[in-house]
Amino acid sequence: MGKTIAEKILSMKSGVDARANDIVIADLDFVMGQDGTSPLAIQAFIEMGGLRVFDPRRVAMVIDHSAPSPLEGVSALHKKMRDFADRYDVMLYDIGEGVCHQLVPEKGHVAPGTLVIGADSHTCTYGALNAFATGVGSTDLAAGMISGKLWFKVPETIKFVLHGELPPGVFSKDLILYLIGDVTADGATYMAAEYVGEAIKALSMEARFTISNMAIEMGAKVGLMEADEKTEAWVREHSSLPYKPVFADPDAVYAEVREYDVSKLEPQVAKPHTVDNVSPIGEVAGIEVQQCVIGTCTNGRLEDLRIAAKILEGKKIHPRTRLIVAPASRQVFLDAIREGIISTLVEAGAAIVTPGCGPCVGTHNGVPSDGENVIATSNRNFKGRMGNNKAFIYLGSPATVAASAIAGKISDPREYWR
Amino acid sequence: MNLRGKAHKFGDDVNTDYIISGRYKFKTLDMKELAKHVMEDLDPEFYSKLNKGDFIVAGKNFGCGSSREQAPLAIIHADISAVIAKSFARIFYRNAINTGLPLLECDTDLINPGDELEVDLGKGIVRNLTQNTDIQVKPLPPFMLKILSDGGLVEHFKKHGTFNLE
Repeated sequence: MGKTIAEKILSMKSGVDARANDIVIADLDFVMGQDGTSPLAIQAFIEMGGLRVFDPRRVAMVIDHSAPSPLEGVSALHKKMRDFADRYDVMLYDIGEGVCHQLVPEKGHVAPGTLVIGADSHTCTYGALNAFATGVGSTDLAAGMISGKLWFKVPETIKFVLHGELPPGVFSKDLILYLIGDVTADGATYMAAEYVGEAIKALSMEARFTISNMAIEMGAKVGLMEADEKTEAWVREHSSLPYKPVFADPDAVYAEVREYDVSKLEPQVAKPHTVDNVSPIGEVAGIEVQQCVIGTCTNGRLEDLRIAAKILEGKKIHPRTRLIVAPASRQVFLDAIREGIISTLVEAGAAIVTPGCGPCVGTHNGVPSDGENVIATSNRNFKGRMGNNKAFIYLGSPATVAASAIAGKISDPREYWR
Repeated sequence: MNLRGKAHKFGDDVNTDYIISGRYKFKTLDMKELAKHVMEDLDPEFYSKLNKGDFIVAGKNFGCGSSREQAPLAIIHADISAVIAKSFARIFYRNAINTGLPLLECDTDLINPGDELEVDLGKGIVRNLTQNTDIQVKPLPPFMLKILSDGGLVEHFKKHGTFNLE
Protein backbone atom coordinates (compact mmCIF):
# COMPACT_ATOMS: atom_id res chain seq x y z
CA MET A 1 0.00 0.00 0.00
CA GLY A 2 1.45 3.36 -1.05
CA LYS A 3 2.06 6.41 1.07
CA THR A 4 1.19 10.09 1.00
CA ILE A 5 3.86 12.80 1.21
CA ALA A 6 3.08 13.26 4.93
CA GLU A 7 3.43 9.52 5.64
CA LYS A 8 6.72 9.36 3.73
CA ILE A 9 8.38 12.32 5.44
CA LEU A 10 7.26 11.19 8.90
CA SER A 11 8.49 7.64 8.13
CA MET A 12 11.91 8.95 7.09
CA LYS A 13 12.22 11.19 10.12
CA SER A 14 10.99 8.66 12.70
CA GLY A 15 12.65 5.56 11.28
CA VAL A 16 9.42 3.58 11.44
CA ASP A 17 6.83 2.68 8.82
CA ALA A 18 4.49 5.56 9.64
CA ARG A 19 0.87 5.32 8.53
CA ALA A 20 -2.07 7.65 9.06
CA ASN A 21 -3.18 7.81 12.70
CA ASP A 22 0.05 6.29 14.09
CA ILE A 23 1.85 8.32 16.73
CA VAL A 24 5.57 8.72 16.03
CA ILE A 25 8.51 10.56 17.55
CA ALA A 26 10.44 12.19 14.72
CA ASP A 27 13.72 14.09 14.27
CA LEU A 28 13.34 17.79 13.53
CA ASP A 29 15.35 19.57 10.83
CA PHE A 30 14.47 23.09 11.96
CA VAL A 31 12.73 24.75 14.89
CA MET A 32 11.41 28.32 14.96
CA GLY A 33 9.64 30.61 17.41
CA GLN A 34 8.36 34.19 17.20
CA ASP A 35 7.90 36.92 19.79
CA GLY A 36 4.35 35.91 20.69
CA THR A 37 5.37 32.35 21.50
CA SER A 38 9.12 32.25 22.28
CA PRO A 39 9.01 33.94 25.70
CA LEU A 40 6.73 31.18 27.05
CA ALA A 41 8.91 28.57 25.34
CA ILE A 42 12.01 30.01 27.04
CA GLN A 43 10.20 29.74 30.37
CA ALA A 44 9.26 26.09 29.60
CA PHE A 45 12.84 25.37 28.40
CA ILE A 46 14.19 26.49 31.78
CA GLU A 47 11.50 24.63 33.75
CA MET A 48 12.26 21.46 31.79
CA GLY A 49 15.88 21.74 32.86
CA GLY A 50 17.16 22.57 29.37
CA LEU A 51 20.92 23.15 29.38
CA ARG A 52 21.50 23.57 25.66
CA VAL A 53 19.57 23.47 22.40
CA PHE A 54 20.00 20.31 20.34
CA ASP A 55 21.72 22.19 17.48
CA PRO A 56 22.03 26.00 17.47
CA ARG A 57 22.16 26.05 13.66
CA ARG A 58 18.70 24.52 13.57
CA VAL A 59 16.96 26.91 15.97
CA ALA A 60 15.80 30.43 15.15
CA MET A 61 13.85 33.07 16.98
CA VAL A 62 12.15 35.87 15.08
CA ILE A 63 10.96 39.20 16.49
CA ASP A 64 8.17 40.06 14.07
CA HIS A 65 4.78 40.18 15.77
CA SER A 66 5.27 43.49 17.60
CA ALA A 67 8.37 44.86 15.94
CA PRO A 68 9.65 47.39 16.81
CA SER A 69 8.21 47.17 20.30
CA PRO A 70 5.27 49.51 20.91
CA LEU A 71 5.19 48.95 24.68
CA GLU A 72 7.39 48.40 27.70
CA GLY A 73 5.92 44.95 28.42
CA VAL A 74 6.70 43.83 24.88
CA SER A 75 10.23 45.24 25.15
CA ALA A 76 10.87 43.06 28.20
CA LEU A 77 9.77 39.96 26.28
CA HIS A 78 11.95 40.89 23.32
CA LYS A 79 14.89 41.30 25.68
CA LYS A 80 14.23 37.85 27.07
CA MET A 81 14.52 36.45 23.53
CA ARG A 82 17.70 38.36 22.76
CA ASP A 83 19.29 37.19 26.02
CA PHE A 84 18.30 33.58 25.29
CA ALA A 85 19.69 33.78 21.76
CA ASP A 86 22.98 35.14 23.10
CA ARG A 87 23.28 32.58 25.84
CA TYR A 88 22.35 29.49 23.78
CA ASP A 89 23.84 30.75 20.53
CA VAL A 90 20.63 30.29 18.51
CA MET A 91 19.85 32.44 15.48
CA LEU A 92 17.93 35.62 16.16
CA TYR A 93 16.18 37.65 13.50
CA ASP A 94 15.54 40.98 15.13
CA ILE A 95 13.11 43.81 14.27
CA GLY A 96 12.94 44.79 10.62
CA GLU A 97 14.27 41.46 9.30
CA GLY A 98 10.76 40.41 8.46
CA VAL A 99 7.96 37.93 9.05
CA CYS A 100 9.13 34.52 10.27
CA HIS A 101 7.39 32.63 7.45
CA GLN A 102 9.15 34.69 4.83
CA LEU A 103 12.51 34.47 6.62
CA VAL A 104 12.69 30.72 7.26
CA PRO A 105 12.47 29.83 3.54
CA GLU A 106 14.27 32.98 2.31
CA LYS A 107 17.27 32.35 4.60
CA GLY A 108 17.47 28.78 3.35
CA HIS A 109 16.46 26.90 6.51
CA VAL A 110 13.94 24.66 4.79
CA ALA A 111 14.12 22.36 1.78
CA PRO A 112 12.09 19.54 0.22
CA GLY A 113 11.65 16.51 2.47
CA THR A 114 12.57 18.32 5.71
CA LEU A 115 10.58 18.32 8.93
CA VAL A 116 10.06 21.74 10.51
CA ILE A 117 8.11 22.97 13.50
CA GLY A 118 7.36 26.57 14.29
CA ALA A 119 5.58 28.05 17.25
CA ASP A 120 3.22 29.87 14.93
CA SER A 121 0.18 28.39 13.28
CA HIS A 122 1.16 29.55 9.78
CA THR A 123 4.33 27.44 9.78
CA CYS A 124 2.41 25.28 7.28
CA THR A 125 3.58 27.87 4.69
CA TYR A 126 6.74 25.82 3.93
CA GLY A 127 4.63 22.91 2.69
CA ALA A 128 4.86 24.74 -0.64
CA LEU A 129 8.53 23.70 -0.61
CA ASN A 130 7.59 20.04 -0.10
CA ALA A 131 8.51 20.20 3.60
CA PHE A 132 6.42 18.76 6.41
CA ALA A 133 6.09 22.01 8.35
CA THR A 134 3.54 22.53 11.08
CA GLY A 135 2.60 24.93 13.84
CA VAL A 136 2.95 24.03 17.50
CA GLY A 137 2.71 25.82 20.84
CA SER A 138 5.41 27.09 23.15
CA THR A 139 5.90 23.95 25.25
CA ASP A 140 6.29 21.84 22.11
CA LEU A 141 8.83 24.39 20.90
CA ALA A 142 10.76 24.05 24.17
CA ALA A 143 10.72 20.24 23.93
CA GLY A 144 11.87 20.51 20.30
CA MET A 145 14.70 22.92 21.17
CA ILE A 146 15.98 20.58 23.87
CA SER A 147 15.58 17.19 22.20
CA GLY A 148 15.48 17.92 18.46
CA LYS A 149 12.42 15.69 18.41
CA LEU A 150 8.66 15.94 18.68
CA TRP A 151 5.72 13.57 18.70
CA PHE A 152 3.34 13.65 15.77
CA LYS A 153 0.08 11.98 15.01
CA VAL A 154 0.54 10.94 11.38
CA PRO A 155 -2.24 12.75 9.54
CA GLU A 156 -4.61 11.40 6.96
CA THR A 157 -4.48 13.44 3.74
CA ILE A 158 -7.05 15.30 1.65
CA LYS A 159 -5.83 15.72 -1.91
CA PHE A 160 -6.90 18.83 -3.83
CA VAL A 161 -6.53 18.36 -7.57
CA LEU A 162 -6.66 21.76 -9.27
CA HIS A 163 -7.28 21.74 -13.01
CA GLY A 164 -7.20 24.60 -15.49
CA GLU A 165 -5.58 28.02 -15.50
CA LEU A 166 -6.50 30.98 -13.30
CA PRO A 167 -8.08 33.82 -15.34
CA PRO A 168 -6.39 37.27 -15.51
CA GLY A 169 -6.83 39.28 -12.30
CA VAL A 170 -7.45 36.11 -10.28
CA PHE A 171 -4.64 34.88 -8.04
CA SER A 172 -3.58 32.08 -5.73
CA LYS A 173 -5.17 33.96 -2.81
CA ASP A 174 -8.54 33.78 -4.52
CA LEU A 175 -8.04 30.08 -5.08
CA ILE A 176 -7.20 29.25 -1.47
CA LEU A 177 -10.05 31.46 -0.17
CA TYR A 178 -12.41 29.57 -2.47
CA LEU A 179 -11.14 26.19 -1.23
CA ILE A 180 -11.49 27.24 2.43
CA GLY A 181 -15.03 28.46 1.78
CA ASP A 182 -15.78 25.10 0.20
CA VAL A 183 -14.31 22.76 2.83
CA THR A 184 -14.97 25.15 5.79
CA ALA A 185 -12.82 26.13 8.76
CA ASP A 186 -12.63 22.63 10.19
CA GLY A 187 -12.96 20.64 6.95
CA ALA A 188 -9.38 19.36 7.18
CA THR A 189 -8.82 19.31 10.96
CA TYR A 190 -5.94 16.98 11.99
CA MET A 191 -5.30 16.25 8.29
CA ALA A 192 -2.62 17.03 5.75
CA ALA A 193 -3.64 18.81 2.56
CA GLU A 194 -1.85 17.96 -0.69
CA TYR A 195 -2.33 20.50 -3.49
CA VAL A 196 -1.59 19.16 -6.97
CA GLY A 197 -2.54 19.75 -10.59
CA GLU A 198 -1.72 22.04 -13.47
CA ALA A 199 -3.15 25.12 -11.72
CA ILE A 200 -0.52 24.68 -8.98
CA LYS A 201 2.31 23.93 -11.40
CA ALA A 202 1.56 27.17 -13.24
CA LEU A 203 2.04 29.27 -10.08
CA SER A 204 5.32 30.89 -9.02
CA MET A 205 6.85 29.74 -5.71
CA GLU A 206 5.68 32.99 -4.13
CA ALA A 207 2.09 32.37 -5.17
CA ARG A 208 2.31 28.78 -3.92
CA PHE A 209 3.38 29.93 -0.44
CA THR A 210 0.07 31.83 -0.19
CA ILE A 211 -1.86 28.58 -0.64
CA SER A 212 0.15 26.49 1.82
CA ASN A 213 0.11 29.39 4.30
CA MET A 214 -3.68 29.20 4.62
CA ALA A 215 -3.95 25.39 5.02
CA ILE A 216 -4.41 25.99 8.76
CA GLU A 217 -7.54 28.05 7.99
CA MET A 218 -9.23 24.80 6.93
CA GLY A 219 -7.85 23.13 10.08
CA ALA A 220 -5.02 21.29 8.28
CA LYS A 221 -1.75 20.36 9.93
CA VAL A 222 0.31 20.87 6.77
CA GLY A 223 -0.34 22.15 3.24
CA LEU A 224 1.96 20.07 1.07
CA MET A 225 2.97 20.40 -2.57
CA GLU A 226 5.21 18.25 -4.71
CA ALA A 227 8.60 19.68 -5.70
CA ASP A 228 9.07 20.55 -9.37
CA GLU A 229 11.66 22.52 -11.34
CA LYS A 230 10.38 25.82 -9.87
CA THR A 231 10.74 24.48 -6.33
CA GLU A 232 14.24 23.25 -6.98
CA ALA A 233 15.31 26.51 -8.63
CA TRP A 234 13.96 28.45 -5.64
CA VAL A 235 15.69 26.19 -3.12
CA ARG A 236 19.01 26.33 -4.97
CA GLU A 237 18.82 30.12 -5.01
CA HIS A 238 18.13 30.41 -1.27
CA SER A 239 19.58 27.37 0.47
CA SER A 240 22.64 25.18 0.62
CA LEU A 241 20.83 22.34 2.41
CA PRO A 242 20.95 18.89 0.84
CA TYR A 243 17.43 17.84 -0.07
CA LYS A 244 15.37 15.05 -1.52
CA PRO A 245 11.97 15.78 -3.04
CA VAL A 246 9.24 13.51 -1.73
CA PHE A 247 6.40 12.38 -3.96
CA ALA A 248 3.20 10.63 -3.02
CA ASP A 249 2.93 7.06 -4.28
CA PRO A 250 0.40 6.53 -7.08
CA ASP A 251 -1.46 4.08 -4.83
CA ALA A 252 -1.32 6.30 -1.71
CA VAL A 253 -4.48 6.18 0.37
CA TYR A 254 -6.35 9.49 0.79
CA ALA A 255 -9.15 10.37 3.19
CA GLU A 256 -10.67 12.28 0.27
CA VAL A 257 -9.79 13.52 -3.20
CA ARG A 258 -11.43 16.79 -4.28
CA GLU A 259 -11.19 18.02 -7.87
CA TYR A 260 -11.72 21.60 -9.02
CA ASP A 261 -11.57 23.47 -12.31
CA VAL A 262 -10.14 26.93 -11.59
CA SER A 263 -10.54 28.38 -15.08
CA LYS A 264 -13.78 30.23 -14.26
CA LEU A 265 -12.80 31.33 -10.76
CA GLU A 266 -13.58 34.95 -9.85
CA PRO A 267 -11.81 37.09 -7.24
CA GLN A 268 -12.92 35.91 -3.79
CA VAL A 269 -13.38 37.78 -0.52
CA ALA A 270 -13.72 36.36 3.02
CA LYS A 271 -16.26 38.36 5.01
CA PRO A 272 -16.30 39.06 8.77
CA HIS A 273 -15.77 37.24 11.09
CA THR A 274 -14.61 33.85 9.76
CA VAL A 275 -12.18 32.91 7.00
CA ASP A 276 -14.60 30.35 5.52
CA ASN A 277 -17.31 33.01 5.04
CA VAL A 278 -16.28 33.47 1.40
CA SER A 279 -18.09 35.21 -1.48
CA PRO A 280 -17.22 36.00 -5.06
CA ILE A 281 -16.29 39.67 -5.46
CA GLY A 282 -19.64 40.62 -7.00
CA GLU A 283 -21.49 39.97 -3.75
CA VAL A 284 -19.34 42.34 -1.68
CA ALA A 285 -18.28 44.98 -4.21
CA GLY A 286 -19.31 48.46 -3.11
CA ILE A 287 -18.84 47.99 0.64
CA GLU A 288 -16.92 51.04 1.87
CA VAL A 289 -13.52 50.41 3.43
CA GLN A 290 -11.67 52.82 5.70
CA GLN A 291 -8.42 50.83 5.84
CA CYS A 292 -6.60 48.59 3.36
CA VAL A 293 -3.62 46.42 4.32
CA ILE A 294 -1.12 44.76 1.98
CA GLY A 295 1.50 42.50 3.51
CA THR A 296 1.77 39.59 6.02
CA CYS A 297 3.04 36.03 5.70
CA THR A 298 0.22 35.35 3.26
CA ASN A 299 0.76 38.12 0.71
CA GLY A 300 3.67 40.41 1.52
CA ARG A 301 6.15 39.02 -1.01
CA LEU A 302 7.72 40.84 -3.93
CA GLU A 303 5.24 39.45 -6.45
CA ASP A 304 2.36 40.66 -4.24
CA LEU A 305 3.78 44.18 -3.97
CA ARG A 306 4.42 44.17 -7.71
CA ILE A 307 0.77 43.30 -8.39
CA ALA A 308 -0.41 46.06 -6.04
CA ALA A 309 1.95 48.59 -7.67
CA LYS A 310 0.73 47.65 -11.12
CA ILE A 311 -2.81 48.54 -10.09
CA LEU A 312 -1.89 51.65 -8.10
CA GLU A 313 0.60 53.10 -10.59
CA GLY A 314 -0.27 56.71 -11.43
CA LYS A 315 -3.36 56.60 -9.19
CA LYS A 316 -4.23 57.89 -5.74
CA ILE A 317 -5.96 56.01 -3.00
CA HIS A 318 -9.43 57.26 -2.09
CA PRO A 319 -9.31 60.23 0.35
CA ARG A 320 -11.59 58.41 2.82
CA THR A 321 -9.40 55.34 3.09
CA ARG A 322 -5.90 54.46 4.31
CA LEU A 323 -3.43 52.04 2.77
CA ILE A 324 -0.83 50.31 4.94
CA VAL A 325 1.90 48.24 3.30
CA ALA A 326 4.20 45.90 5.27
CA PRO A 327 6.78 44.13 3.08
CA ALA A 328 7.29 40.52 4.25
CA SER A 329 11.03 40.92 4.82
CA ARG A 330 13.94 43.32 4.59
CA GLN A 331 14.99 41.58 1.38
CA VAL A 332 11.52 42.02 -0.11
CA PHE A 333 11.59 45.67 1.00
CA LEU A 334 15.00 46.26 -0.64
CA ASP A 335 13.98 44.49 -3.85
CA ALA A 336 10.77 46.53 -3.95
CA ILE A 337 12.75 49.76 -3.48
CA ARG A 338 15.13 48.82 -6.30
CA GLU A 339 12.26 47.99 -8.62
CA GLY A 340 10.55 51.31 -7.91
CA ILE A 341 7.55 49.53 -6.39
CA ILE A 342 7.84 51.40 -3.10
CA SER A 343 7.86 54.81 -4.85
CA THR A 344 4.76 53.83 -6.80
CA LEU A 345 2.96 52.74 -3.63
CA VAL A 346 4.02 55.79 -1.60
CA GLU A 347 3.08 58.17 -4.45
CA ALA A 348 -0.33 56.54 -4.51
CA GLY A 349 -0.71 57.33 -0.81
CA ALA A 350 0.47 54.18 0.97
CA ALA A 351 2.02 54.24 4.45
CA ILE A 352 4.90 51.77 4.55
CA VAL A 353 5.56 50.10 7.90
CA THR A 354 8.42 47.90 9.18
CA PRO A 355 8.49 44.39 7.71
CA GLY A 356 6.55 42.34 10.27
CA CYS A 357 3.14 41.13 11.42
CA GLY A 358 1.76 44.18 13.30
CA PRO A 359 -1.25 45.25 11.25
CA CYS A 360 -2.55 41.68 10.85
CA VAL A 361 -2.32 40.60 14.45
CA GLY A 362 -3.58 43.71 16.22
CA THR A 363 -0.42 44.59 18.13
CA HIS A 364 0.22 47.98 16.48
CA ASN A 365 0.74 49.60 13.06
CA GLY A 366 -2.89 50.16 12.14
CA VAL A 367 -5.56 49.28 14.68
CA PRO A 368 -8.94 50.17 13.12
CA SER A 369 -11.63 52.19 14.92
CA ASP A 370 -15.13 51.10 16.01
CA GLY A 371 -17.40 50.26 13.11
CA GLU A 372 -14.66 50.57 10.49
CA ASN A 373 -14.25 48.15 7.61
CA VAL A 374 -10.82 46.86 6.66
CA ILE A 375 -9.79 44.85 3.64
CA ALA A 376 -6.48 43.03 4.02
CA THR A 377 -4.29 40.50 2.24
CA SER A 378 -3.80 38.65 5.53
CA ASN A 379 -5.14 35.25 6.51
CA ARG A 380 -7.51 35.89 9.42
CA ASN A 381 -10.55 38.09 9.86
CA PHE A 382 -11.64 37.02 13.34
CA LYS A 383 -13.46 39.61 15.41
CA GLY A 384 -10.83 41.66 17.23
CA ARG A 385 -7.99 40.23 15.16
CA MET A 386 -6.64 43.65 14.20
CA GLY A 387 -6.94 44.94 17.74
CA ASN A 388 -10.55 46.18 17.80
CA ASN A 389 -13.50 43.83 18.22
CA LYS A 390 -15.87 46.44 16.83
CA ALA A 391 -14.15 46.54 13.42
CA PHE A 392 -14.97 44.36 10.40
CA ILE A 393 -12.25 42.61 8.43
CA TYR A 394 -12.47 41.38 4.83
CA LEU A 395 -9.75 39.30 3.17
CA GLY A 396 -8.71 39.38 -0.47
CA SER A 397 -5.78 39.23 -2.88
CA PRO A 398 -3.24 42.08 -3.17
CA ALA A 399 -4.99 43.07 -6.43
CA THR A 400 -8.39 43.23 -4.75
CA VAL A 401 -7.01 45.26 -1.84
CA ALA A 402 -5.18 47.68 -4.17
CA ALA A 403 -8.31 48.18 -6.30
CA SER A 404 -10.38 48.72 -3.15
CA ALA A 405 -7.91 51.35 -1.90
CA ILE A 406 -8.39 53.37 -5.10
CA ALA A 407 -12.17 53.22 -4.99
CA GLY A 408 -12.55 53.45 -1.20
CA LYS A 409 -14.84 50.46 -1.40
CA ILE A 410 -14.41 46.77 -2.11
CA SER A 411 -13.76 46.55 -5.82
CA ASP A 412 -13.21 43.99 -8.55
CA PRO A 413 -9.50 44.15 -9.48
CA ARG A 414 -10.25 42.92 -13.00
CA GLU A 415 -11.50 46.43 -13.78
CA TYR A 416 -7.93 47.68 -13.16
CA TRP A 417 -5.95 44.65 -14.38
CA ARG A 418 -4.63 45.26 -17.88
CA MET B 1 -10.35 12.88 39.67
CA ASN B 2 -13.78 14.42 39.53
CA LEU B 3 -14.36 18.00 38.45
CA ARG B 4 -17.53 19.89 39.20
CA GLY B 5 -18.94 23.20 38.07
CA LYS B 6 -21.36 25.09 35.90
CA ALA B 7 -21.52 25.05 32.08
CA HIS B 8 -20.78 28.28 30.17
CA LYS B 9 -21.84 27.69 26.58
CA PHE B 10 -20.29 28.97 23.34
CA GLY B 11 -20.83 28.15 19.67
CA ASP B 12 -18.72 26.58 16.91
CA ASP B 13 -15.24 27.68 15.77
CA VAL B 14 -14.20 29.57 18.92
CA ASN B 15 -10.73 30.72 17.85
CA THR B 16 -7.71 31.46 20.01
CA ASP B 17 -8.03 35.20 19.31
CA TYR B 18 -11.40 35.03 21.12
CA ILE B 19 -9.96 32.94 23.95
CA ILE B 20 -7.21 35.52 24.51
CA SER B 21 -6.83 38.47 22.17
CA GLY B 22 -3.53 39.47 20.56
CA ARG B 23 -4.12 42.89 22.16
CA TYR B 24 -3.14 41.36 25.49
CA LYS B 25 -1.06 38.28 24.88
CA PHE B 26 2.03 39.96 23.48
CA LYS B 27 2.44 42.21 26.51
CA THR B 28 3.01 39.89 29.40
CA LEU B 29 3.68 36.40 30.70
CA ASP B 30 1.46 37.11 33.72
CA MET B 31 -1.22 34.50 33.12
CA LYS B 32 -3.41 35.70 36.01
CA GLU B 33 -3.61 39.05 34.23
CA LEU B 34 -4.37 37.42 30.87
CA ALA B 35 -7.03 35.25 32.54
CA LYS B 36 -9.11 38.37 33.25
CA HIS B 37 -9.56 38.84 29.49
CA VAL B 38 -10.45 35.24 28.64
CA MET B 39 -13.28 35.04 26.04
CA GLU B 40 -13.67 38.82 26.29
CA ASP B 41 -14.46 39.43 22.60
CA LEU B 42 -17.34 36.94 22.77
CA ASP B 43 -18.64 37.94 26.20
CA PRO B 44 -17.10 40.99 27.91
CA GLU B 45 -18.59 39.89 31.28
CA PHE B 46 -17.37 36.29 31.06
CA TYR B 47 -14.57 36.44 33.61
CA SER B 48 -16.77 38.10 36.22
CA LYS B 49 -19.41 35.36 35.86
CA LEU B 50 -16.99 32.50 36.57
CA ASN B 51 -16.87 30.40 39.69
CA LYS B 52 -13.87 28.20 40.43
CA GLY B 53 -14.17 24.86 38.65
CA ASP B 54 -16.68 25.94 35.98
CA PHE B 55 -16.55 24.51 32.46
CA ILE B 56 -16.37 26.04 29.01
CA VAL B 57 -18.78 24.08 26.79
CA ALA B 58 -18.63 24.66 23.03
CA GLY B 59 -19.48 23.34 19.58
CA LYS B 60 -17.09 22.07 16.96
CA ASN B 61 -13.50 23.18 16.19
CA PHE B 62 -12.80 24.83 19.57
CA GLY B 63 -9.42 26.59 19.65
CA CYS B 64 -8.94 27.09 15.92
CA GLY B 65 -6.54 29.75 14.67
CA SER B 66 -3.25 30.81 16.14
CA SER B 67 -0.81 28.58 18.03
CA ARG B 68 -0.76 30.76 21.15
CA GLU B 69 -0.32 28.62 24.23
CA GLN B 70 -1.61 31.60 26.21
CA ALA B 71 -5.08 30.31 25.19
CA PRO B 72 -5.13 27.13 27.32
CA LEU B 73 -3.04 28.89 29.98
CA ALA B 74 -5.52 31.78 30.29
CA ILE B 75 -8.32 29.22 30.65
CA ILE B 76 -6.40 27.32 33.35
CA HIS B 77 -5.61 30.54 35.24
CA ALA B 78 -9.25 31.61 35.10
CA ASP B 79 -9.82 28.49 37.26
CA ILE B 80 -11.84 26.76 34.58
CA SER B 81 -11.47 23.04 35.19
CA ALA B 82 -11.91 21.68 31.65
CA VAL B 83 -13.19 22.47 28.16
CA ILE B 84 -15.96 20.27 26.78
CA ALA B 85 -16.59 20.53 23.02
CA LYS B 86 -17.79 18.58 20.00
CA SER B 87 -14.27 18.79 18.52
CA PHE B 88 -10.99 20.66 18.97
CA ALA B 89 -8.53 22.24 16.55
CA ARG B 90 -5.23 20.39 16.59
CA ILE B 91 -2.69 22.95 17.83
CA PHE B 92 -4.98 23.94 20.70
CA TYR B 93 -5.46 20.26 21.47
CA ARG B 94 -1.69 19.67 21.72
CA ASN B 95 -1.19 22.84 23.73
CA ALA B 96 -3.92 21.88 26.20
CA ILE B 97 -2.41 18.45 26.79
CA ASN B 98 1.06 19.94 27.09
CA THR B 99 -0.07 22.49 29.68
CA GLY B 100 -2.33 20.06 31.57
CA LEU B 101 -5.79 21.41 30.66
CA PRO B 102 -8.29 18.52 30.37
CA LEU B 103 -10.30 18.46 27.13
CA LEU B 104 -13.41 16.36 26.67
CA GLU B 105 -14.85 15.61 23.26
CA CYS B 106 -18.55 14.73 23.29
CA ASP B 107 -22.01 15.76 22.10
CA THR B 108 -22.42 19.14 23.77
CA ASP B 109 -25.97 19.60 22.44
CA LEU B 110 -26.92 17.59 25.53
CA ILE B 111 -25.75 20.45 27.77
CA ASN B 112 -27.62 23.73 28.36
CA PRO B 113 -26.09 26.99 29.61
CA GLY B 114 -25.95 26.94 33.40
CA ASP B 115 -26.25 23.15 33.75
CA GLU B 116 -24.36 21.74 36.72
CA LEU B 117 -21.80 19.20 35.46
CA GLU B 118 -19.55 16.63 37.04
CA VAL B 119 -16.70 15.20 34.99
CA ASP B 120 -15.07 11.87 35.75
CA LEU B 121 -11.77 12.07 33.86
CA GLY B 122 -10.78 8.49 34.67
CA LYS B 123 -14.00 6.96 33.35
CA GLY B 124 -14.44 9.54 30.58
CA ILE B 125 -17.95 10.56 31.54
CA VAL B 126 -19.64 13.96 31.73
CA ARG B 127 -22.55 13.79 34.19
CA ASN B 128 -25.19 16.42 33.65
CA LEU B 129 -26.50 16.81 37.21
CA THR B 130 -29.18 19.30 36.16
CA GLN B 131 -30.67 17.00 33.54
CA ASN B 132 -29.64 13.79 35.29
CA THR B 133 -27.94 12.30 32.22
CA ASP B 134 -24.53 10.77 31.50
CA ILE B 135 -22.63 11.75 28.33
CA GLN B 136 -19.93 9.43 26.99
CA VAL B 137 -16.61 11.08 26.09
CA LYS B 138 -14.28 10.10 23.23
CA PRO B 139 -11.19 8.61 24.94
CA LEU B 140 -7.71 10.17 24.58
CA PRO B 141 -4.93 8.10 22.96
CA PRO B 142 -2.71 6.48 25.65
CA PHE B 143 0.38 8.61 24.84
CA MET B 144 -1.53 11.85 25.35
CA LEU B 145 -3.10 10.51 28.54
CA LYS B 146 0.40 9.80 29.76
CA ILE B 147 1.55 13.43 29.18
CA LEU B 148 -1.65 14.72 30.80
CA SER B 149 -1.25 12.41 33.80
CA ASP B 150 2.40 13.49 34.21
CA GLY B 151 0.94 17.01 34.59
CA GLY B 152 1.84 18.29 31.11
CA LEU B 153 4.89 18.16 28.85
CA VAL B 154 7.20 20.16 31.17
CA GLU B 155 6.65 17.60 33.94
CA HIS B 156 6.96 14.75 31.42
CA PHE B 157 10.38 16.08 30.36
CA LYS B 158 11.45 16.63 33.96
CA LYS B 159 10.57 13.01 34.69
CA HIS B 160 11.95 11.32 31.55
CA GLY B 161 14.44 13.87 30.15
CA THR B 162 12.87 13.44 26.70
CA PHE B 163 9.76 11.94 25.07
CA ASN B 164 8.81 8.58 26.50
CA LEU B 165 6.31 6.59 24.46
CA GLU B 166 6.58 3.39 26.53
